[in-house]
Amino acid sequence: MLSKRIIPCLDVKDGRTVKGVNFVDLRDAGDPVELAWNYSRQGADELVFLDITATVERRKTMVDLVKSVARQINIPFTIGGGINEIADADALLNAGADKISINSAAVRNPALIDELAKAFGVQFVVIAVDTRSMNGKNIVHLNGGRVPTEKETMDWILEAETRGAGEILLTSMDHDGTKAGFDNVFLKQVNDAVNIPVIASGGAGNVQHFIDVFEQSNVDAALAASVFHYGEILIPDLKKILKQHKIEVREV
Amino acid sequence: MIGIITYGAGNIFSLTAALGRLGIPYGMINKEEDFELYDRYIIPGVGHAGTAMAKLEHTGLVPKIKALKKPTLGICVGMQLLTAHSEEGDAKMLDIFPVRTLKFDGNTEFKVPHTGWNQVFPEMENPLFENIPAGSHFYFVHSYFIEYNKAYTLASTTYINQFSASIWRDNFYGVQFHPEKSGTYGETLLMNFSKL
Repeated sequence: MLSKRIIPCLDVKDGRTVKGVNFVDLRDAGDPVELAWNYSRQGADELVFLDITATVERRKTMVDLVKSVARQINIPFTIGGGINEIADADALLNAGADKISINSAAVRNPALIDELAKAFGVQFVVIAVDTRSMNGKNIVHLNGGRVPTEKETMDWILEAETRGAGEILLTSMDHDGTKAGFDNVFLKQVNDAVNIPVIASGGAGNVQHFIDVFEQSNVDAALAASVFHYGEILIPDLKKILKQHKIEVREV
Repeated sequence: MIGIITYGAGNIFSLTAALGRLGIPYGMINKEEDFELYDRYIIPGVGHAGTAMAKLEHTGLVPKIKALKKPTLGICVGMQLLTAHSEEGDAKMLDIFPVRTLKFDGNTEFKVPHTGWNQVFPEMENPLFENIPAGSHFYFVHSYFIEYNKAYTLASTTYINQFSASIWRDNFYGVQFHPEKSGTYGETLLMNFSKL
């Protein structure tokens, strides 16, 4: 059986891990490679690094990070943040990234998805979507959920799939940072509408939230940051409980 | 020492990093004479199988690869290259294994690409899977699979249908999953290959 994946997310700025509460206040939570190594030992199935470095040196910073992770970690990982063109993706692929995650750049230039899928294969292309509810509709947001777009989230996800997304990383900005649980209702709608894997993100606060998201939405993977970084949930304990609930997991 | 056949299909940084961590020596094969420097070979590969085959043909190394007598391991698309034909690009492959590479028929229940950790069950005795318990998880990410075949399937996995997670014929081996990304069992498999 294919396992449900548990994915710690590491926000990285200038080579250090940070986690924003609702993406605004940043707190330092350590060295990304050391954290990644620890997570791989604990049984994390995959890692996501979101690089929020905003300097002109950013591509080099990201490539250096990806290389040091690929050298030391024996599980797959995705890198995202400010990937705007094929050359960015190419540099990260050659540095050892398994997947890249694209958010704003794909919204601004949807054809980028087609180009990336054609150049590197759909398995390399994760489309990250930040969604927030506005007047009862799920609307795609940019810049960490601050800027609404014209796009309805479901339409955009279906377009991304058609263009060549290999996976959808869906973050509910209404749930992110609340620790009140994932947006299981919308995640189920999305998961039932696409033929590519969906990663749930935003709202994890306790073990029950992971049980709920897998049981209620059947997504392939659940991503969280602070509950893992601050040791509120330990991955081996989480997987043990998921297994007791007959949710397929990989234990190490 | 392992020779990695380079032909421009995908990155090999993660593979060489894994070999480095395990202390397994390796080098790169770019031309025919390089084959003599090594006692076993890896054919890596990610991306589009048809494109990968075209790139491999462009190197001129195909006749040499087909005639290899030393242990040779194809990984992911590198494994699919060993089959007779791939539906990806409707392309003729190396035809070392008379089996086909087919497209997964995905849906909203079984997503494609088949992405993540799935269980691998050896179907034959072979040192490649030594010290790896049946049902161990390996990391997969692929939209095409090699059909199950009793004669060549060394290990199988089930996703939508049963398929070849690993194939074996004489000195040729293939694995659909990524051993370099499959935790400690992946490293065990690479170590086993280095001792075949």
